[in-house]
Amino acid sequence: MSVKPLAMRDAFLERIWRAMAEDNTIFFTCADFGSPVLDKIRADFPDRFVNVGIAEQNLINVSAGLALEGYTVFAYAIAPFITMRCYEQVRVSLALLSEVRPMNVNLIGVGAGYSYVVSGPTHQCYEDITLMRALPNFQVLSPADHVTASAFFDTCVNSGGPKYLRFDAQVLPVIYENELPNTSKGFHVHRSGKEICLVATGYMLHTALKAADELVSEGLSVGVIDLFDLARFSASEFQDALTPYNGIVSLEEGFRGRGGLDSMLFEFISRQELTARMLNIGVEGAYHFELGMRTELHEKVGIGPQAVLGSVRAFAKSLSI
Amino acid sequence: MRNDPIDLRAKAHWVWRETLAVHRRAPETRLASSLSSIEIFVALYYGDVLRFTPSNPHDETRDRCIISKGHGSICMYPILADLGYFPMEELQHVCEAGSFLGGIPDPVIPGYETVNGSLGHGLGVATGMALGLKRKASDRSVFVVAGDGELHEGANWEAIMFAAQHKLDNLHLIVDDNRISMLGYTDDIVSHGALTTRLAAFGWDCLEVDGHDVFAVQAALQQQKAAAVGKPKALIARTLKGHGVPGLENAPLSHIINPKPELIDSLLEKPQ
Repeated sequence: MSVKPLAMRDAFLERIWRAMAEDNTIFFTCADFGSPVLDKIRADFPDRFVNVGIAEQNLINVSAGLALEGYTVFAYAIAPFITMRCYEQVRVSLALLSEVRPMNVNLIGVGAGYSYVVSGPTHQCYEDITLMRALPNFQVLSPADHVTASAFFDTCVNSGGPKYLRFDAQVLPVIYENELPNTSKGFHVHRSGKEICLVATGYMLHTALKAADELVSEGLSVGVIDLFDLARFSASEFQDALTPYNGIVSLEEGFRGRGGLDSMLFEFISRQELTARMLNIGVEGAYHFELGMRTELHEKVGIGPQAVLGSVRAFAKSLSI
Repeated sequence: MRNDPIDLRAKAHWVWRETLAVHRRAPETRLASSLSSIEIFVALYYGDVLRFTPSNPHDETRDRCIISKGHGSICMYPILADLGYFPMEELQHVCEAGSFLGGIPDPVIPGYETVNGSLGHGLGVATGMALGLKRKASDRSVFVVAGDGELHEGANWEAIMFAAQHKLDNLHLIVDDNRISMLGYTDDIVSHGALTTRLAAFGWDCLEVDGHDVFAVQAALQQQKAAAVGKPKALIARTLKGHGVPGLENAPLSHIINPKPELIDSLLEKPQ
């Protein structure tokens, strides 16, 4: 493998650290949450780094205030806490205020889906896509590997407004080894087919790519799309990409049927008057306290590799493919 | 900054009358909490405390004024109009369709910096601004006007601890301490006890003042602004909700009581 896998946060923070040396308008805030690369930021830029303590509400408000003073702010915390602990501050001081005043605040949430495997549902995050995409003015970015996460740094610096970056806590294999994702388009077609298209975000892209290999070997014509910008993808190009398919499958590491990627795709298909039918793969049921390997936990809630294969095969059969 | 001497007491009385008149036309506005903060805003805007440029509300050289108690700042409408932020004529249309002057002020109003309708955000955002100004080596200050009831929101105390930690002496918190929130006296709901002592214990430089003595408020703000104490600064202004309106003043439910139009008319008919 030519590109060594990294944690998304380390790849992204490395870019921030490098940019802070050149650009003194970048400010880094965190709610007492670290990473090895963060140590370099703390050491090298003590005047533009601040730890607010375990206080996410204040993290958001302080970041908003810094942004009003012209700083490009990166705010960093665990995903459920930087979204749900302080949702009122996110709504009022970022989503609402940015409607009136220019501000660039980038929320880095670490711990998408089950990625804090042994920490249980307080630290896992299955609701953030739903909640963050509910906020107008917010860009919601969900990478599947560190290359994509790193590429989002340019998006963050070059476009204003509030953004939410949904990072996995684990080191994931590299997907974009030979080409960079087109961040302005908002999605990437990994595989084209004619019958069923798997549309995945974050970790679930890895599951989707493996499932597609298997399904193709069984004779299905399957496409795979990585949808990494959940708010501002190119609608016309996305429509073109989906048009050939009879069936579209959403794959997310978040609750199924509660307003996440699945709802977004339903709304898109309905609005664009596409005729494809949909299958939604997401976390079934409610909160789970079981411990286990991530893939084992995924199987139990309907999003593991075997569960995905079974669901897609049944879906294909129902489409008479 | 104004150079011509202004009779602050007369100005405060003018603002009081204009606030009543706005409420008479737009009863959706919160009157009682807008009457307790008049002298605070008059001292800030007419008392050589704040630096500001009405023709350029976000001028980099301004002192920032964050009006966190949004509902209770309808008195700012006549003040901002008088200073030239927008035409006086706009005061005739508060809460009307098409007006930018609503029941709760929003930052679409020239002179309002942040979203204020939801309580407990102003101080945190102001703290970030104060930190940003320090890091930009700016000598400008940030003033926050908050209600004592609003200090029940826990996020304020995150900001209070943070500001002391970072020695933000360019940050001023002015508490309109009228001791009444929507459903009664704050001492009967969740008491702040001795708020001055409490904030001092959190590392703030505190002063207490009669919030309806406009000269005392002005003197306290000027003194605090000039002082290099290495601490954030709080001014606890003891005020009366519904100040000057019989039946409303210091009534426990004054937040949700609207005085009868005839009472407002009779108050406005009195010679100034």
